[in-house]
Amino acid sequence: MLSLNINGQPHQVDVDPDTPLLWVLRDVLGMNATKFGCGIAQCGACTVHMDGQAVRACNLPVGLIGERRISTLEGLDNTDPVANAVQAAWVALDVVQCGYCQPGQIMAAIALLRSTPKPTDEQIDSAMSANLCRCGTYMRIRAAIHHAAGALA
Amino acid sequence: MTTPPRTPSAPPTRRHILGAGGALLLATLWPTPRGRAQAAPRPQQGMLVEGAQGAFAPNAYIRIAADNRITLILPNVEMGQGIYTSSVMLIAEELGIDMAQVDIEAAPPGAGAEITGGSTSVMTEWLPLRQAGAAARSMLVQAAATHWQAKPEECSTRSAIITHVPTGRTLPFGAVAAQAAALPIPKNPPLKDPATYTLLGHSQHRIDSTIKVQGRAVFGMDVQVPGQKIGTVAACPVEGGTLAGMDRQAALAIRGVQAVLVNEQNNTVCVVADHYWAARKGLRALKPQWHNGPNAHVTTQTIYDQLHQGLSGPAIVANTKADAPGVIARAHATHTATYQQPLLAHAPMEPINCTAHVRPDGCDVWTGTQIADRALDTAAELTGLPKDKIAIHCQYIGGGFGRRLEHEYVTQCVQFARQVPYPLKIIWSREEDLTRDRYRPAYVDQMTAALDDKGYITALTHRIVGPAVVARWDPAELTKDGYDEDLSVATVITPYSYPAYRLEFARREAPGITTAWWRGVGGTRGLFVVEGFIDELAHRAGVDPVAYRRAMLAHNPRALAVLDKVAQAAGWNTPLPPGRARGVAVQFAFGSYMASIAEVEMPEPDNVIIHRVTAVVDCGRVLNPDQVISQIEGGLIFGFSAALYNEITLEGGRVQQNNFNTWRIMRMNEAPRKIDVLLMPSAEDPGGIGEVGTAAAAPVLANAMAAAQGRRFRTLPLLSPRNNAADGKEHG
Amino acid sequence: MHGISKNRIPTLFGLLAGVAFLSTLPAHAAHAATPPANVENGRYLARAADCEVCHTEEGGTPYAGGRAFNLPGIGVMYAPNITPDKTAGIGAWTDQQFVDAVRKGISPGWKHLYPAMPYPAYARMSDAQVRDIRAYLATLPPSSKKTPENSVKFPFSIRSFMVFWNILNGPASSYPDDPGKSAEWNRGRYLVEGPGHCGDCHTPRTLSFGLDSSKTLGGSPVNGWRAYNLTSDKLSGLGAWSDQDLAQYLSTGHADGHGTASGDMADVVGHSLRYLNAQDIHAMVVYLRSIPPLRTEADMVERKTPPAGDSSLPQTTRGARLYASACAGCHTADGTGRQSSFGTITGARSLGADNGRNLVQVLVQGSGMQTATGVQIMPHFTGGGLSDRDLADIASFVMTHFTTATPHNMEQAVRDAKQAP
Ligand code: FES
Ligand code: FES
Repeated sequence: MLSLNINGQPHQVDVDPDTPLLWVLRDVLGMNATKFGCGIAQCGACTVHMDGQAVRACNLPVGLIGERRISTLEGLDNTDPVANAVQAAWVALDVVQCGYCQPGQIMAAIALLRSTPKPTDEQIDSAMSANLCRCGTYMRIRAAIHHAAGALA
Repeated sequence: MTTPPRTPSAPPTRRHILGAGGALLLATLWPTPRGRAQAAPRPQQGMLVEGAQGAFAPNAYIRIAADNRITLILPNVEMGQGIYTSSVMLIAEELGIDMAQVDIEAAPPGAGAEITGGSTSVMTEWLPLRQAGAAARSMLVQAAATHWQAKPEECSTRSAIITHVPTGRTLPFGAVAAQAAALPIPKNPPLKDPATYTLLGHSQHRIDSTIKVQGRAVFGMDVQVPGQKIGTVAACPVEGGTLAGMDRQAALAIRGVQAVLVNEQNNTVCVVADHYWAARKGLRALKPQWHNGPNAHVTTQTIYDQLHQGLSGPAIVANTKADAPGVIARAHATHTATYQQPLLAHAPMEPINCTAHVRPDGCDVWTGTQIADRALDTAAELTGLPKDKIAIHCQYIGGGFGRRLEHEYVTQCVQFARQVPYPLKIIWSREEDLTRDRYRPAYVDQMTAALDDKGYITALTHRIVGPAVVARWDPAELTKDGYDEDLSVATVITPYSYPAYRLEFARREAPGITTAWWRGVGGTRGLFVVEGFIDELAHRAGVDPVAYRRAMLAHNPRALAVLDKVAQAAGWNTPLPPGRARGVAVQFAFGSYMASIAEVEMPEPDNVIIHRVTAVVDCGRVLNPDQVISQIEGGLIFGFSAALYNEITLEGGRVQQNNFNTWRIMRMNEAPRKIDVLLMPSAEDPGGIGEVGTAAAAPVLANAMAAAQGRRFRTLPLLSPRNNAADGKEHG
Repeated sequence: MHGISKNRIPTLFGLLAGVAFLSTLPAHAAHAATPPANVENGRYLARAADCEVCHTEEGGTPYAGGRAFNLPGIGVMYAPNITPDKTAGIGAWTDQQFVDAVRKGISPGWKHLYPAMPYPAYARMSDAQVRDIRAYLATLPPSSKKTPENSVKFPFSIRSFMVFWNILNGPASSYPDDPGKSAEWNRGRYLVEGPGHCGDCHTPRTLSFGLDSSKTLGGSPVNGWRAYNLTSDKLSGLGAWSDQDLAQYLSTGHADGHGTASGDMADVVGHSLRYLNAQDIHAMVVYLRSIPPLRTEADMVERKTPPAGDSSLPQTTRGARLYASACAGCHTADGTGRQSSFGTITGARSLGADNGRNLVQVLVQGSGMQTATGVQIMPHFTGGGLSDRDLADIASFVMTHFTTATPHNMEQAVRDAKQAP
């Protein structure tokens, strides 16, 4: 049994320690907001936060997590101003197309804005280019991050 | 507030819903035309009417409950293209409700083939969905008027409330739903004057945005059926190979593994476990071995060689006008060029998956599909159950791009699910998804033009060598000569008109690979060749590429208008910063016109920076302007990935690219800094938009790169070494 | 199935082993009454000697052989099946035949084993220890997998040629313990020089492919990778590593500030070193500490500490942009591992050493390492949309962003790495 702290709740899971967090979230705990896209940390669809940093759940064996706190898109607190601003900007600018990459994009964007409240285009590219969007919503993601930053200012 | 689409456990019937508490259910009785040809607007220009590309039979339902809950059951599947939103807009506009009052459900497959693809959704639904809304409105108003003993003409509707204007009395839709349901459905309900539209033509937010940004949208990947187990599969990596052996015990020894399933017919193995990771580890331990079979020696070169050989020898004449070969033989000047395009994978962000529960008395399938009817057929055939015992639950699709016009993964899932008592969700690894895709074919095209003394075309011959995708996908649609009419898009059907023309098709099916539709279908394929070639001719004639095209478009006001507007918006005639160059492309495909200009910089011969793309679109009447813009932006970026980076290669019959480390997708920091999309006002019927941007991407980029480098880019991907070889040189 | 590493070829050339003197048989290899073999000790030694990696084909049954060794200029050789199968494996061998094969390179029928098998190093194990390994191998499930025929070029094709090779280059003897040194040091030497056969990769070769004893553990190119300088030189060797770092690296494949093992070294850690107990790891550290410093210019690279934070990557060069898209998902802007410390690359001198040789290798070949929490994978980036130039640009960026190295001719380096066996 491994214990994990996910979205502020303790969870006991009975899996091998090499199991990536992604599959514990999705298939063991039934939390499906975090998506599977590649399994090799190349697409960012599985982005969650570990102690506030954006990490790829597909490449994070649960045996390595220990006490660190995990948060997923489901667990975003609706009193959290950054999360709210980002999600509101995404809706205001109609960023999503198929939407499959967007949970990962949103988690990456929230982590970015927490560390860099007023990012430049270059800073956004730096932080967001590891997240793929096959539908090509990049222009709107960039704009939505600026939009959210403006709303938080 | 909208909610995610729910799928009823069985197809709703009119009686079933009517029986369920005095609701109005409108299963509209619109025509189900055979073939898209009738449904799609006929192009006014071009030399051949777009051919029938598949049967199409839309269906939609409106359900209004007594408590005023309004549910729209939408026939097309949402895979990012925004079709749920525009479908709702069409109905809501005529029905007199607000977008926010709508719940949506995905329709189960109906009686006809239900296809979302080929950018046809809006084209085919434009009229019927409005008629559905108008019919329902007129029945509701009639019911209210009867109740008030007033005249229907005295009533107005807004926000799902009927008002009797002279007296100010109101009734919500729900209050008269039961009475309305008893009325006959009007055949030709009057439609609103477009000048009075409040939704259509005005940007509306996507109705799926909120659930998607909150992670609540249920994609096929996210389906959770109580008791389900997770399987992952491996098919023989060489098509046509057979299973030679495996270590079943080793797989079963992995913790969490429940079963090892084999499908002898399709040479596929499946390891089932409590969760995906255990299944994947089990598959690794299973170590399936394969006899590679007859395709073990296929390489990419085998395929290209076969295509180039098809440039000479017999071919089908697919279209002809006057005596093009004769004009060419007598011409003072001719110009010939050969273009080559690679196999492409779809690689939607959501890897292939499907969930099925097969029981003795029924079967449920949960999946994202662009072709639910075929999913239904295959499930019925495999289980031997009657179709009314089978439910296909259509889920949100995490990117379709044509991949989910295939349904072999549904077949695969049902075959495995038949072997187990529990619901089985099959998830393909990304590696399986890329190496066992059904690929956009490789093609070689050769064009020869006869030129007049100013360098303009007096005759054009064009030979396409490649597969006929439709021959496998819908054999009835292959012409009796053996031609696939999809190939006419952007080749025969262009904004231009030539005095003499001949299109030939030499069919060559690629060995060892299955080919399929890919975003932009014929348009993407043809436009790269035709717009590249026209651009070559302009350069050869020493005429500005915009001016050269203008001269060929005098007969075509819509095409001319988008071209002129894009030239102006992109500043075509203004000087560029040093090191930059522009390229242009004009198109007519999927019922829409577009002209685009890309501005690029190439600091080194193999380094392309796309600074800016400007596109002007005339897609007829625009339903949801911001979503048209979004589709063009995304379509361009999707196309740029392929144009710059993508080529599926084979070695020993195996696909070499297997994940995003080797299947490169354009990233945010490589995407154009700026994409401007301008929409032309138009009262024409709407055209398709989902594939328009993708079709433009390669030609507009190739033409800009040619301007930057003074050499031609006739082979995709554009940075292929082949473009540096002799056949890449300008005026070749 | 971790099939990410494109072309993981083991220590081929590097295993052409030997020490440049001929010696007598070790004293303690002698006869007397044979005590019963110790299977557990055999398992431990088989791991210490890393038998499994070479005797297993990629994705194949462990110890069933078949792994191809492509020796440039010599030919292709296949590691044999050493499971207890009576015909395909070694089930019919006597213990003595097995001991002779491992310690002297002589197999039944007096065929000389090619020195891809590091018997000169293994000779430092006693007969009894080798019998323990045999006893362990006898517990494995037999595999009937036939080993493919070697295709070896003249003169190597004449097995008797190996007699002369042996005269020139080995086999070596097992050393008696050095009474002037601590027991730890002696144990460490035994592990490093014996079963661990570290010198087979980390010591440069002479012209006849023997180990150059004047440069013991001084670092050497192996299969296109750089086996790093293990001497105690401060600037180019392990001199600046703490004992703790070294122990962590040997037992887990990663040490903070020194990066993560990749390529063949990842295999060595994953299949061998991580199974050694703490005392043995410590003993190896003690012994490695005592190797006299040898300066190798190619390995002298200093680390740089770039700014942290996902938004801090410059986007001005292609290399930087590609790093942000293809690499930062695991390695972050400042080179620390995003998901785990295995992704930490800062401080790894081998990022820059020898003109980024290992960095380029890992981009071209990929790498995968078995750890206690699964296989840690670095995917390769060749054969798809990234050109040689793209990879060269990534490498140049990494070298200048994280180290003081001055990259040169990186596109050529990428092409060379693709050609590497
Ligand atoms: S699924 Fe984790 S990065 Fe792609
Ligand atoms: S919205 Fe479809 S992949 Fe990003």
